[in-house]
Amino acid sequence: MNSNQNILVKLKQASFRINNKWLVKDVSLQIEKGRIVTLIGPNGSGKSTTAKIALGIYKKIDGKVEKYTNKVGYVPQKISIDWTLPLRVRDFIILTENLKEEAINDALSLTGVIHLKDKNLGDLSGGEFQRVLLARAISKKPELLVLDEPVQGVDFTGEIALYELIKKISDELNCGILLISHDLHTVMSATDHVVCLNGHVCCSGSPLEVAKNNKYKALFGEQASQILSRYEHRHDHIHTNEGKIKKN
Amino acid sequence: MLEDFFIRALIAGLGIAIVTGPLGCFVIWRRLSYFGDTLAHSALLGVTLAYTLEFNIAISVFIISSLIALILIDLQKRTNLPGDALLGLLAHSSLAVGLVVIGFLTFIRFDIMGLLFGDILAVTIEDIFIIWTGGPLILIILKLIWKSLFASTVNYELAEAEGLNPDRAKAIFTILMAGIIAISIKMVGLLLITGMLIIPAAMARNISSSPQMMVIYSVIGGLLSVILGLLTSLEFNTASGPSIIAAALFLFVLSLLKIKQSIKLKN
Repeated sequence: MNSNQNILVKLKQASFRINNKWLVKDVSLQIEKGRIVTLIGPNGSGKSTTAKIALGIYKKIDGKVEKYTNKVGYVPQKISIDWTLPLRVRDFIILTENLKEEAINDALSLTGVIHLKDKNLGDLSGGEFQRVLLARAISKKPELLVLDEPVQGVDFTGEIALYELIKKISDELNCGILLISHDLHTVMSATDHVVCLNGHVCCSGSPLEVAKNNKYKALFGEQASQILSRYEHRHDHIHTNEGKIKKN
Repeated sequence: MLEDFFIRALIAGLGIAIVTGPLGCFVIWRRLSYFGDTLAHSALLGVTLAYTLEFNIAISVFIISSLIALILIDLQKRTNLPGDALLGLLAHSSLAVGLVVIGFLTFIRFDIMGLLFGDILAVTIEDIFIIWTGGPLILIILKLIWKSLFASTVNYELAEAEGLNPDRAKAIFTILMAGIIAISIKMVGLLLITGMLIIPAAMARNISSSPQMMVIYSVIGGLLSVILGLLTSLEFNTASGPSIIAAALFLFVLSLLKIKQSIKLKN
């Protein structure tokens, strides 16, 4: 078995432009089963664009995208839902795939919002809605999860719990995760591979490698670099090529 | 007791209401009421064509409406004009061209009022056949694209990212819209078809808390509107289309009372 069978999505020098303005240029990365790849970078550096390229939402791109799975769960950064639609949380969970009641309950329990199941989607608070979005994405047990700022608006304790949950999901479902977050503190404890974007790939590698990289320091400053490395020791296991987990 | 023409109109009207129920929900959810109007107005051109070539009205209207939908999609890509301007352009120009063509066809007697507002006396066995084969076909196709269409209505990018092909669903839905307009034009009239799509669905929105519920109430509302409307039409000798739409409006107003109650309950 070669490592290729673990690849879920592969971007090869992917570039995307709107009206002659390049949003991202020459981004190469790959997402494998059981691994978490995190995109970091300043505002407008093309994080969400890269995610949408990987998902196939942006199709007119230069370069290449190879997608090896159709079981995808997506938590978009911005979602505009027409609140005049009569939509309960339970209807939203089965939006793209029909699920058994049990699966709906499991997903909502995991993100701690089972009590909202019969509520109207429009009546939720920002943080509650974010948890429902995450529940929806994981409920269908995807092979690939793309999470664009998944914990925005969630309270601080909830944020930590949700990042732990994301890590757990990655291990249990053995799915690949593409994570976008601006919060360096919490993210890094769970990440296998960091890609630092600034319109192009500025640098990439393990969190520690990126933290030590001079380009990263130039982009985020010395302090951010310390944040990143401080969390490195929390890694208590490594992922092998087969997507298995090996405790250190 | 009841005349044959009335029974025919009733069977035709009920067949239409079952289809406009779910389609109307999507018209509301996707904000397509002006789009529906445009297709309906263009239907006049289809009718004149049918008369000129002595062709079936429903099929001719279906072809012309689909064509107008395609032109709209093309214009959206080619020009920088906003969507509503393009819709207005197509709606009124196709209505105008249709009326001009009618002016030339002096050798055919046209019942313009019947075209615009529907005519129950005009419903034939052939129409019933078209409605009860075309209608179920529309519903079956809608059922097949339901997941994809609904998901992309809620959020296009989610549907696209999770592999539901929303563009295809949208294209098919457009054709279904042309289909419902084609089979209901004789009954409801081209100026009021959009009303038949929107008003029962709007009534249903007022009393529903889930999409499925809204579709069911929308169908029930449509059926009741047809029965009520046709009975009124028979009793007072009014045009069938306006009578059905007025009945739908009556149900809508009733549904507002329910909203008032639930707001009171909340407070």
